[in-house]
Amino acid sequence: MSSGTLYDKVWDLHRVAELPGGSTQLFIGLHLIHEVTSPQAFAALKEKNLSVRCPNRTVATVDHIVPTISQQRPFADPLAEEMLQTLEKNCLSNGINLYGIGSGKQGVVHVMAPELGLTQPGMTVACGDSHTSTHGAFGAIAFGIGTSQVRDVLASQSLAMNKLKVRRLWFEGNLSQGVYAKDLILHVIRKLGVKGGVGYAYEFAGPAIEALSMEERMTICNMAIEGGARCGYMNPDKNTFDYLKGKEHSPKGLHWGKAIKWWTSLSSDSSAIFDDEIRFDATEIAPTVTWGITPGQGIAINECIPIPKSLEYNESVLAEEACTYMDLKPGTPISGIPIDVCFIGSCTNGRLSDLKAAAQIAQGRKVAKGIKAFVVPGSEQVAKAAKKRRFRFNFYFCRF
Amino acid sequence: MKESSFPAGIIEKVKGVGLVLKGNDIDTDRIIPARFLKCVNFDALGEQVFADDRNELKGSHPFDKLSNKDASILIVNDNFGCGSSREHAPQALMRWGIRGIIGQSFAEIFFGNCLALGIPCTTTSEENIKEIQDIVNQNQQCHCEIDLKYKKFIGGLKSWPIEIDNGPLEMLLTGQWDATSQLISQKIALKKIIKTLPYLNGFEAK
Ligand code: SF4
Repeated sequence: MSSGTLYDKVWDLHRVAELPGGSTQLFIGLHLIHEVTSPQAFAALKEKNLSVRCPNRTVATVDHIVPTISQQRPFADPLAEEMLQTLEKNCLSNGINLYGIGSGKQGVVHVMAPELGLTQPGMTVACGDSHTSTHGAFGAIAFGIGTSQVRDVLASQSLAMNKLKVRRLWFEGNLSQGVYAKDLILHVIRKLGVKGGVGYAYEFAGPAIEALSMEERMTICNMAIEGGARCGYMNPDKNTFDYLKGKEHSPKGLHWGKAIKWWTSLSSDSSAIFDDEIRFDATEIAPTVTWGITPGQGIAINECIPIPKSLEYNESVLAEEACTYMDLKPGTPISGIPIDVCFIGSCTNGRLSDLKAAAQIAQGRKVAKGIKAFVVPGSEQVAKAAKKRRFRFNFYFCRF
Repeated sequence: MKESSFPAGIIEKVKGVGLVLKGNDIDTDRIIPARFLKCVNFDALGEQVFADDRNELKGSHPFDKLSNKDASILIVNDNFGCGSSREHAPQALMRWGIRGIIGQSFAEIFFGNCLALGIPCTTTSEENIKEIQDIVNQNQQCHCEIDLKYKKFIGGLKSWPIEIDNGPLEMLLTGQWDATSQLISQKIALKKIIKTLPYLNGFEAK
């Protein structure tokens, strides 16, 4: 059993009670809600005649249903409009802060919460969305939950949970030029499989991780769930504190110094015991592309689509299915496969640094004929910052 | 919709009118067709239960029969609730008025989803189910009862033994099936955490 890890320390601090069924009741420090998984939870609360236990630890935004073309209310899609109205009503009647469209702070929940300094080291974070693992980048224990658990957190600010095992993924060396956080996590998923992390929390550590910016760290934790780990995290360090400094909800004044002291004490001890450890050489990670139908079907940019027969039985069946579905010939080099659509965005890669990297590549070039290219900033703040830095202008000239 | 309140607290017995729904492998997509999943609350689900099957039978489906209007105990056959794990299926049944189910066997996830709503799914042998279904169909208003404590099903003047795993049984008999109430009941421990967690208290060491 693990001990002395950040996961263990945060777990112990938030433990409310041991429940009869054998699980632990865990206090949730930050509950993020949005329009898709919260309406039924609020309705259930009402039916049981319950109220929201900690409205000030609950924060709402609208993300999934925001229309791309026109955000004029009422939305063209009546269902989307109804979902947003329900969220607005629920937040208003329960005293919950809602960062709505046009507030300048709205965005994909996993982009906007860190931007506002809501996510902090040592917190437990829950949200009705599987990519909640993103927030672990700050040294928080963050996990996605289902609608009935959203109801439980609303009602009690806590959850019945079973403690996970902790696996440390250690990355020696540094990522090479042109290799990004997304490549790192795709490499991990390729090596350990999409179910490799089931039952584990992943601690990402080592020189290669310490060198990463917060945005890159978020990309990695975001996809921990794609590798089967319900949560992934990194120990908080100077990068974390620099990112948080001055953010809207970050500690201010005298509290700031005290916060850093406490946050620092949460890192996994040098004598910490992990249930498992896997070491990677970061210098060996190449730009990685997924070619198939699961995030585990990734290969380096200089490799070829695998020949199903050369793989283990389970993988070979899946590879064959993927080749048929993707219309790919086994053995073809991935780098020669034409691109149809380019999408830059989402909760994995919709942050300013992603847009910056893309804009640098796009600079002075044009999107080739026949290719559809989209850039979707992850939040209103990202959009504003990108505009200020004229990225938008860039993309416009590149015919995005 | 019926005015019966939703399950709460300790559940030892479910009493009421029985409703016979014959057929093996009735899946969750039949219980509530996928197109009803896009909804902001579960309220309307009760009316949509078995929507497609009922449409096809134009009024003669067991859920449409007038004599079954007030039924609260569902009597099914084998592997009921198989297919997709959607929580909406037991929600739809509960909102229609079902409070307890007896059958030959249940899909595991469906069983768990029902338990989380306080709806016991109990089992008995194939012959017993047949007999129960016949008796209830012959006398549609006969008194039915799922007695969890004494593990028996009563239909009219007869009774049959029923099965339910000890874990879930314990949860129903003690009220622990209701996860939310369990969590809420830890008031003092929760307050203590709120008072001591550094990030909720100006990062003062406590
Ligand atoms: S992948 Fe991320 S951005 Fe896309 S819908 Fe899910 S949470 Fe939102």
